[in-house]
Amino acid sequence: MRTQRKQRMIFIVVLLVGLSCATALALYAMRQNIMLFHTPSEVYTGKVPENRLFRIGGLVVVGSVVKADDGLTTDFGLTDLNQSITVRYTGLLPDLFREGQGIVAQGSLDGHGVFIAQEVLAKHDENYMPPEVAASLKQYRDTIPKGMSGYGPKAP
Amino acid sequence: MWKYLHRLSSLKYCYEWSGKWVPWLLGVTAVLMLVGLYWGLLVAPTDYQQGESYRIMYIHVPSAWMSMFVYAVMAGAGFVALVWKTKLSEIIVSECAVIGAMFTALALITGMLWGKPTWGTYWLWDARLTSELILLFLYFGIIAIHSVIEEPRTAGRVASILAIIGIINIPIIHYSVTWWSSLHQPNMQLVSKTPSVHPSMLYPLLVMAVAFQMYFVSLLFIRMRNEILYRERLTKWVKKALAGH
Repeated sequence: MRTQRKQRMIFIVVLLVGLSCATALALYAMRQNIMLFHTPSEVYTGKVPENRLFRIGGLVVVGSVVKADDGLTTDFGLTDLNQSITVRYTGLLPDLFREGQGIVAQGSLDGHGVFIAQEVLAKHDENYMPPEVAASLKQYRDTIPKGMSGYGPKAP
Repeated sequence: MWKYLHRLSSLKYCYEWSGKWVPWLLGVTAVLMLVGLYWGLLVAPTDYQQGESYRIMYIHVPSAWMSMFVYAVMAGAGFVALVWKTKLSEIIVSECAVIGAMFTALALITGMLWGKPTWGTYWLWDARLTSELILLFLYFGIIAIHSVIEEPRTAGRVASILAIIGIINIPIIHYSVTWWSSLHQPNMQLVSKTPSVHPSMLYPLLVMAVAFQMYFVSLLFIRMRNEILYRERLTKWVKKALAGH
């Protein structure tokens, strides 16, 4: 290989390595801003912004969804499997909103430990299967110890 | 082998051999597309969570994969163009930019249409969506370079540099859902003992993925041949080739 080509090749490789390092450092420095949501645990450790809207994400606690008498306001527990927090939302929930499902809500704390949401979005996972498979999987899960499942959402 | 590669990359020879491939590639693309779409949209079962709306993934997922794959091809061609200064690799860079932009736009649009019924919103500035949008702008940048700089060799060199620099975005897109919390779901686990997509839904998706690959190669060859004719329009062989029509 001629030296000129070799030089150009080395130049490109050095350029890429340098740029990758710079990008990695920049992304690392901005990681808190790139994170889309905070977790309920972070609310308890005071890592969430005050007097400002922020997003919170987690799983809807099974059996916690309570509809108010006006038919529009919904209270539900949101958990990261460590801590949980009550979320109150007035409005239409997305179709995929259900107990045990992941959601992301935007809003702020009301001072009494309740998260007042202005927007609730459903977050779904990377698992796709027919309903029959999901049903038999659930049956299968109920009879065997957790953590030995095949397809489907990992058991909490 | 170098001699063979050199001959393969001569524009005249490339025009000739790629012409033989185009009809076959288009035929395979059409067959795979039809099989994949029929299988995915009509035969595959509905999803236990999302119902019928998940079927948009048969377009969305292959387009998103291709948006990144085409970029990798383009950056690779850019590297060859800068080191070996071959005309053919410069042409591949310019043509990949247009095709890649199309796949990226398709992935973004189908994703937004999917997002409304599934998430409850068309758009959200999470890491995956934002980095994919940056990818679209990178493609636009490379297209813009080719339309702003009139001298094709200079444009080819500048575009190759941008293509190589932009490759940094590809791992960011891929790992965006792993490194940061996002609304977009994590990457599908396809090569594991317990794939995250049931086989009855996965097979049509894989057919569509191959169909999109073939579609990319067909488009690349067709566009490449046009560009070769344009760049070599003053040479004898092009005049002779065109006189035959």
